Amino acid sequence: MSQTAIAQADWGGGASPFGVTWQKMMMWFFIVTDALLFAGLLVSYGVVRIATGDWPTQSEVFSLTYIATMTFVLITSSATMACGVKAAELGRPARAAQFVWLTILGGFIFLGMQAYEWSVFIHEGGGITGNPWGSPTFSQFFFIITGFHGFHVLTGVTVLLVVAIRAAMGRYSPAGVENAGLYWHFVDLVWVFVFALFYLV
Amino acid sequence: MEHEKQGFVSKYVFSYDHKMIGKQYFTLAMSMGFIGGILAVLIRLQLGFPSKPWPFLENLFPVGMASGIMTPEFYVSLFTMHGTIMVFFLLSLLPVSGFGNFLIPLQIGARDMAFPFLNMLSFWTVVPGAIIIIISFFVEGGAAASGWTAYPPLSAIRSAIPGSDLGQTLWLVGMIFFVASFTMGGLNFVVTILNLRTKGLRMMRMPLTTWAQFVVGILGLLSFPALAAGALLLTFDRSLGTSFFLPAGIFIGDTLMPHEGGTPLLWQHLFWFLGHPEVYIIMLPAMGFTSDILATFCRRPIFGYRSMVYAIGAIGTLSFLVWGHHMFVSGMSPFLGSLFVVTTLAIAIPSAVKAFNWLFTIARARIQFTSASLFGLGVVSLFVTGGLTGIFLGTNATDIQLHDTYFVVGHFHFIMAGAGLFGAFGAVYYWYPKMFGRMLSERLGKIHFWITFVAYYAVFFPMHYLGVSGMMRRIYDPNVYEYLQPLQPVNLFITISAFVLFAGQLIFIYNYFASMRTGAPATANPWNAAGLEWSAPAHPGHGNWEGEIPPAHRWPYDYSEPGKKRDFTPQWEA
Repeated sequence: MSQTAIAQADWGGGASPFGVTWQKMMMWFFIVTDALLFAGLLVSYGVVRIATGDWPTQSEVFSLTYIATMTFVLITSSATMACGVKAAELGRPARAAQFVWLTILGGFIFLGMQAYEWSVFIHEGGGITGNPWGSPTFSQFFFIITGFHGFHVLTGVTVLLVVAIRAAMGRYSPAGVENAGLYWHFVDLVWVFVFALFYLV
Repeated sequence: MEHEKQGFVSKYVFSYDHKMIGKQYFTLAMSMGFIGGILAVLIRLQLGFPSKPWPFLENLFPVGMASGIMTPEFYVSLFTMHGTIMVFFLLSLLPVSGFGNFLIPLQIGARDMAFPFLNMLSFWTVVPGAIIIIISFFVEGGAAASGWTAYPPLSAIRSAIPGSDLGQTLWLVGMIFFVASFTMGGLNFVVTILNLRTKGLRMMRMPLTTWAQFVVGILGLLSFPALAAGALLLTFDRSLGTSFFLPAGIFIGDTLMPHEGGTPLLWQHLFWFLGHPEVYIIMLPAMGFTSDILATFCRRPIFGYRSMVYAIGAIGTLSFLVWGHHMFVSGMSPFLGSLFVVTTLAIAIPSAVKAFNWLFTIARARIQFTSASLFGLGVVSLFVTGGLTGIFLGTNATDIQLHDTYFVVGHFHFIMAGAGLFGAFGAVYYWYPKMFGRMLSERLGKIHFWITFVAYYAVFFPMHYLGVSGMMRRIYDPNVYEYLQPLQPVNLFITISAFVLFAGQLIFIYNYFASMRTGAPATANPWNAAGLEWSAPAHPGHGNWEGEIPPAHRWPYDYSEPGKKRDFTPQWEA
């Protein structure tokens, strides 16, 4: 474009060329960054697993029904979160708060199930330096990937608790619920990748 | 005094003002750069005068310089920390965090960054990182000693070498602080540039500096997670005995390590997936500064603005596809290596677009030779020199010969370190009036430029010959090899030039701090520049503009338009 054309074109400017607030955009970019962090871990897992011969068969180590139940709980919490965001958008704070509490409950159930899964895994001999099923990196990646994800769930639950408590105090904004919801959906989506790549493949 | 009441702490320490945060980054980065420079001088001291005793240095480093003679372990720590400090804490912090914070709101017409609190937090997150990095010199075993790339197993096994112990742990902790800070900064940069532009400032009217900072923000957000993931795994390997990066059969001394199942190549991939974009995180702002500076002092519109923007985007995109060229000798499949050669050489195209656009901007212009424009021209010179040597290293056939020799050291000190540093110097000379409301001494600035420019070539150009002659990159004493002994005069020459280079920077530091009080008072637009930032008062307060934010009516490069009385039309004039 010639410089006169650049000078003539007249964009209105203003606060939000993409039609979203900067808070929401920042959450999106943060999610991209965080997703790449998980991508780094999952790719590392893939590289090491391919380089290692004796990778255990997951269905012999884990109860896949149990893991699928965990997945179901987390996906359900995503659904209640979506209902909460919609209720907030429609201007019904009490209803939104109810759904956020339900989501928090789902998060806690997931964390509890994960804690039990870890205790069984450790009880059966899975340790940070080795395990009875095959390559030591198997249990190492188990701890670091599910642990890192569990840490994210815990963070998400904390954020949702803040949102719920603020809503109870009347300091409530639909945009805040939506941003927290975005993060929660992201955490759930990551779990789908962890479930597929670590437990199923 | 009718000013908004602000205590010392809220104004100078925990400030929310993007300009003060930018200046805080300057102070931190310059201090770290000074320390990094001292480390470089110590490295050259050993290479110029191998194993000569310097008794006075024993007081400072009683272990590393016992009886004044540098130990090999200390030498290894020196180049590790020199690289880490310079790459992350000077060349990333000064142009990106420093100038990004200072310039973005001024150049796009915003009162502040999108999230001022996060901005303040990002600075105070990197400070502990910097302190931890410095402290690591004084702990048991000394600072990290596995190179700035921290390759396992040296970095993963605590008992490998003295620096692998506490020093390496502190290195990792410091880097985690740095990554956290840089991520917060990147989020702020990208969102601010997208959402807070003033009326009329379309993306294609932004100054190239802001374009560069925008792409740098995205590069940081996409590349640092890989390092963070690697650092997490490495921390586990070090502290909990996992084997992510450690295969079976590693002996330390006579002890067989219990690790098995991992691969050290994984770290190299994760590291260079960050490491190569990091090079452009350093380079792109310097390219942006150079474009703005050259346009102003050549009184010419920047040549090929649109192609410059596309080149920045292309360089940013390609930077994610070339990391393997750092690993040609790692045993990768030759087929994969060839792919990386193709993507690497493809980067030469947008890079050449930029170099030629600068040349066409300069060509037949009546250049005003200020300190800023001299450093801008210096960037073009260093960029071309470093770019040409990059072709040898980006091609695997020649790289296998030149890998890990001084050729590499010469190359990246030109293209990344040198061009990045000269760009930052040019930017300081150019925007100083806006930072402190005073002018830097032009006389000292020109002396600083010529010493730096000549000494820079004197230090790093001969390194290419050393490399071709076979001198390896991280060697403690080249004279242990008979065939390297004839090169000692060259090493001595480089060492003396390095001392001159370091001394030249003291002029700059003096100029920077003395001019804050004694410099000539600056007007709001001392260079008659057209960019939006020059519409703000000479020393803008928090909020930048006293009245309304000026709208952008045009791009920032309207210089020497035919038929106009003035030779420039400011961006904020209709």
